[in-house]
Parts: sequence; structure tokens; C-alpha cells
Amino acid sequence: MNRPVTLPIYALHAAVIVLLFLLQFILPDFHHGVLARVMVLAVFAMGYNLLFGYAGLLSLGHAMFFSAGLYGAGLAVEHFGFGMLPAFGAGLVAGGLLGLVIGLLALRTSGVAFMIVTMMFAQVFYLVTLYFADWTHGDEGFVIAQPLRQIAIGSLHFDLTQPTTRYMTAFLLFSIVLIVTLFIVRSAHGRVLVAIRENEERTRMLGYDAFANKLAAVIVSAVICAAAGAAYAILFGYVGSTFASVQYSILPLLWVLLGGAATTLGPLLGTLFMYYVVDITSGFISAYLFIVGLALILLVLFFPKGILGTIRDRWLGWLP
Amino acid sequence: MTPLLTTKGLSRSFGGLHAVRDVDFQLLPGEIRAIIGPNGAGKTTFVSLVCGRIEPSTGAIVFDGDDITNLPAHQRVRRGIAYTFQITSVFANLTAYENVALSVQRALIDKHQDRAPQKRAAALHRGVMEALERTGIASHRAALAGNLSYGHQRLLEVAMGLALKPRLLILDEPTQGLSDGEIESFIGLARDISGEATVLLIEHNMQVVMALADRITVFNAGRILAEGAPEEIRSNVAVQNAYLGTAADA
Repeated sequence: MNRPVTLPIYALHAAVIVLLFLLQFILPDFHHGVLARVMVLAVFAMGYNLLFGYAGLLSLGHAMFFSAGLYGAGLAVEHFGFGMLPAFGAGLVAGGLLGLVIGLLALRTSGVAFMIVTMMFAQVFYLVTLYFADWTHGDEGFVIAQPLRQIAIGSLHFDLTQPTTRYMTAFLLFSIVLIVTLFIVRSAHGRVLVAIRENEERTRMLGYDAFANKLAAVIVSAVICAAAGAAYAILFGYVGSTFASVQYSILPLLWVLLGGAATTLGPLLGTLFMYYVVDITSGFISAYLFIVGLALILLVLFFPKGILGTIRDRWLGWLP
Repeated sequence: MTPLLTTKGLSRSFGGLHAVRDVDFQLLPGEIRAIIGPNGAGKTTFVSLVCGRIEPSTGAIVFDGDDITNLPAHQRVRRGIAYTFQITSVFANLTAYENVALSVQRALIDKHQDRAPQKRAAALHRGVMEALERTGIASHRAALAGNLSYGHQRLLEVAMGLALKPRLLILDEPTQGLSDGEIESFIGLARDISGEATVLLIEHNMQVVMALADRITVFNAGRILAEGAPEEIRSNVAVQNAYLGTAADA
């Protein structure tokens, strides 16, 4: 009742991870591929959720962190001949550094100003990817050739273009990030982030350095989103500036709102739900965005806290 | 005895308004000091300068021998200055337990206590329950702070300050809006706290001030008008004028 419950939380997260592992054996090819992609995008959403859901900082520029990972990995392969694992590492470093710089600048503002500042920086990033088209091939982007997308560790060899390897890689990344997120939000730092979201002035007067905690949250969020971007590049082999456009800053916000902000599993649910809504409706009608918009309006009207947020409010108060 | 807190020439103006002017103030360790004065006298501004919520225009603040004038608020809290807000400022969407846990967690981090997670969790729980029980709101620990009655929210504020294990606890109008019964038990609580921390109390309720204060400082128009033992203040003509108005004001 007072101390946070622990056992159901671990059991639930373990069950989700086991379920995702088992699904690969029963899903038909098409849905197998979708789920691999959704897991990578859900990592993006989880990174976004850490900052937006828990710390209460609404960024409209997270496309830059995703594409920092995407380009960090993609350019390292394309121009410097990096292997897949070092390229993934390069993506993380790019995301972390960008997070540090953007955090130091954007956290001087708050509220609406923070939204605008992050959006402007993301637009700058997007224009930079277009400007250096010699390197990035701009809008058109570039493809990481299939023979390059291999990982060899000792005598083990992984072909990232294989659906099974791809699924397992996405699954591994998703599971690690889910566990890391769970650990962060249940840590002392995570509780301070929630306190900052609820009442920053009070948090400061309890002796916490609000700026340092927020900066840490921006950097961790950026690194997680960059991990999603880097994984997207090496798993699906395409790197293009579309991923830096404003659409990819709005999408994680929608996924998180749908699934439930400040819930650890909401981002996965939201991403999955949205992906299938788009997929199914676009089969019937070319104006599928209209249906998506309608779905969002209905959700905001009837489930303003998202799927898991509503479940937590009504039934399962212990959900992290 | 060396003072715990000293301010020298402390001033703060907002535009043309001199909210606090040239205040020299000393507070000895272990005492309960009440600050009284009419509305707008600069009491809250003064303690906000001490705890770091606002920066002084000029002047210096010394706490326990160190100049803290330029320290940010959160570092002053870590040195032992806790402030409870005049306008109730609890985390409305968190439970009473979670509110206090944020304070206890801070105190534990500063003490660099047991690193083992089990022991840390136990210490956290002990600290939270102790603060909730001392303030008498332990039975409401699972309620969302925003759903507590106003009186209980005031007590939760005090519990959060208490749980920081401060050396100086600043209480800004803690009894405002409390019932008579609640005020009685607050007086007991404040006496209890004064055994372990120096208390600086802004208070309008003279019954509380007279019951608790070792010394009283009277503010008026941003300056210290008078300072002394409760009896001296009660019979001070200037104080009576500040409160009741003089012929010239009328």
C-alpha cells in the first residue's frame, strides 16, 4: 500500500519480453516484419516518453535525436567503412553529444518556449541533412548495401538482412531499453524527474538540482532515441532526411499519448496500435491520415491518459 | 555563542519597491524565532532570500560560518536550510507518502548512507513513516496529497521540511487555515522540532507566537522595527503603532 509493489511489476515486464520473444515463432511473415519495425520505433517512443512522460518536458524536436543515430551509424558505414557494431556505437555517441548540446541550450527555457526551441533545432538539423547532400544524399537518402549489414563476432556470424536475425536484434534492443527505462523510472533520479514535472520549484526547495536532473534526462532520452535511429539504419538499411523531418518529431508524441504517457509499456502499445491503424486504413482509403486523426480525437476524448494511463487510473494503480 | 544565521545589510527591491531594506539579522542555534509584521512588511521576501528562492539586490547571508549569498537554493537545502511554503506547495498528484519520500531520499543521499538497495529502501521507509507520524498524518499516507484537507496539506508541508533533517527550519505561516485543535497540536510539534533544529517562524497568530517564540523580530516596510523577548515586543509602542496604525496614518 505504501511501499511500491515490486513483484507484479517485474512479472509483467518479464511476461511482455517473453511474449515478444515467442511471437516470432507464430507470426506470419508479414506481421513478423511489422513487429520487428514496431519494436525499433517503440524504442524511439520509450526514449521520448522518458523526457515527456516522466520529466514533463514536451519536445517537438526528437526527430533530430532519432536521425542523429540514423546518420551517425549510416554515415559511419557509408563514408568511413565502419562495421555494424561500431556504427551503432557511433550513432549512440552522436545522439549523446547532440543531447548534451541541445539540453544545455534548450533547458534555459521551459513550457511553450522549450517546445519551440527544440522544434527549431530539429528544423536546423533537418536542413543540415539537406544542405550536405554530397554526404547524405539529402531527401533521396542512401541505402546501406546488404553485404555490409553483417556482424561477425569471433566465429559467430549474423546477417542483419535475415528476418529472424533482424527480429532478434530489434527484440534485444527493445528488451534492454525497456529494462533500462524501468530501472530509471523506479530509481531515485526517476522519482526526482516526476517531482520536477509536478512542481519544479518545490523540488528545488527539497534540495534537488532541477537543471542537472533535466539535463541528464535529455541526454538519456537522446541516446535511447539515437539507439532506435542507429538500429533502424543497420536493420532496414535506409538512411534519408525524411526521418529528420517534423513528422518524426510528432510521431513519438502521438505514440506515447496513445499508449499512455509516463507508463513504461505505453510506448510499445501506442506504436503498435498506430502502426496497425495506419496499415489497415491505408488498405481501404487513400486519405488514411483522416482515419488516424479521427482515432486520435476519439482517444483524447475518451482516454485522455492513453491506453495504459487509463488502465492505471481505473484498475492497476501500481503500473510504473 | 556563534549565530547559526547572520544577514548583513540584506536588501531586495522589485523595481521601485524596497521589499527588504538593509536588514541585519542574527539567529542563534536552538532558538525558536518568530517573525511578525503587517502584510507587505517583507517577511516572506526576507526568508526567501535566506533560503535562496530569490536573490538579494545587495547584502550578505552567512550560515554556520560560511557565506552562502551566492549559493543556489538546492545547495542551501543540502547545507541544512529547509523552507516550508506559505502557499501550500505539495506534489498534488503524488501520495502523501511519496511527497515525504522525496525529502527523505534527499537526506539519505546527503548522508551517503548504506549503498545496499535493501537497506536503503528500509531507511527510506523508516524516515517517511517517522515524519508522517510526528506530524500526525500517517493514516493518510496513501492519499493523493491534492485530496488531503487543507490542514493536512499544511502538516504535510511541515513533514516534508522535517524529513530533510534540517538545521534551520523556516516555517512560513504554518498555522494559516488550521482549526483550533490543529493549532494546539502544531504548537506541540514545533516545540518538539526545536529540540533538533533551529526554527524560524513567520506567523500571524499571536497565540502561536507567544506560546512558541524565544525571541520575536518585527518587520515593517522592509526593515526590522523591533526585536526582543515576547514581553518586550508586546509592550513596544512602535510595534503597536505598526500593527494598529498611528494617528498620522488615519
